[in-house]
Amino acid sequence: MSVQGDIAPGYESEEGEGREGIREGVRSYLLGLALAIALTLASFGVARTHIIYGPGIPVALVALAIAQMGIHLVFFLHITTAPDNTNNVLALAFGVLIVFVLVFGTVWVMAHMNHNMMPMQDMTGMPQLTRPGQNE
Amino acid sequence: MNSVALPADSPGSGHAHSHAPGHGAGGPATKRIVVAYGFWIYLISDIIMFSALFAAYAVLAPATAGGPSARQIFDPNSVAIETACLLASSFACGMASIAVGQRSMKWTQISLVITGLLGFVFLLFELREFHALVARGDGPTHSAFLSAFFTLVGCHGLHITAGLLWLGTMMAQFYAKGFRRDIQYRYMCFSLFWHALDIIWVAIFSLVYLVGMNL
Repeated sequence: MSVQGDIAPGYESEEGEGREGIREGVRSYLLGLALAIALTLASFGVARTHIIYGPGIPVALVALAIAQMGIHLVFFLHITTAPDNTNNVLALAFGVLIVFVLVFGTVWVMAHMNHNMMPMQDMTGMPQLTRPGQNE
Repeated sequence: MNSVALPADSPGSGHAHSHAPGHGAGGPATKRIVVAYGFWIYLISDIIMFSALFAAYAVLAPATAGGPSARQIFDPNSVAIETACLLASSFACGMASIAVGQRSMKWTQISLVITGLLGFVFLLFELREFHALVARGDGPTHSAFLSAFFTLVGCHGLHITAGLLWLGTMMAQFYAKGFRRDIQYRYMCFSLFWHALDIIWVAIFSLVYLVGMNL
């Protein structure tokens, strides 16, 4: 281990990154921007086109959205597979699990309840329910 | 400072395969990684909150109560401009991150001004859309669909507003205090926040606006 100067553990050097980092960094952000623009244009294109089978459009939009989120995570938020990123990836995986359970669980349960609910018209003929303790 | 970790060839360290922090070698993780991890946990809980709003919207979207449906109120051009603004703003924020890494005050402030202006234009278009809806009597009180729509998109708008205030604070702090380490960590958290808001907008424009226009 080399001597790092009088920097407390856990801190990094005060000096900035090297000049050679600029080109690399800008290139990475530009690549991310280009991919994000391409996926955004694809989403808007899919929404307007009549070539795709109608019910397939939402599925295509969901797939494109997930792809674009992945691009943002990699190029803008710098989520990588490097060892110092393992905790972030695990937290993200857990978050994604919760999001899927929450969204699909809600949609599934509510659609099921909606399907099995008595139609409203049938309830109008039922006797009026009075609350206990309510005098008429 | 002497090294925190054992040298690679000492008996205790065993395998020399990893010196990365967090793998039992290389000492404690750097402050930068710990700060980013903590803020990342916050961002994920924020995304989970948004997923609950998305779920509510998905359930309530057909409940228009005789009012307008998604297809009738969404303006594709306005959404396209908002999307472009936020994506460009996210890119400018990335450029500011590079400028901060280079300790360039000029480019940091220029990039952050561009980031903020684009975010502001996004907010103006969103407010214009909300104002037009409310003026037509299609405000959040009209139907369950509109309530869910205003809650979801409005919550994202509030995050953007908070982000703009944070952005102004960061510019002032860079100006007044320079590129101190703690200021840099704050900026890193801000950039994560701003990029995460763009991710949530990707979900909103795809699943709310574009899917809504096709239903």
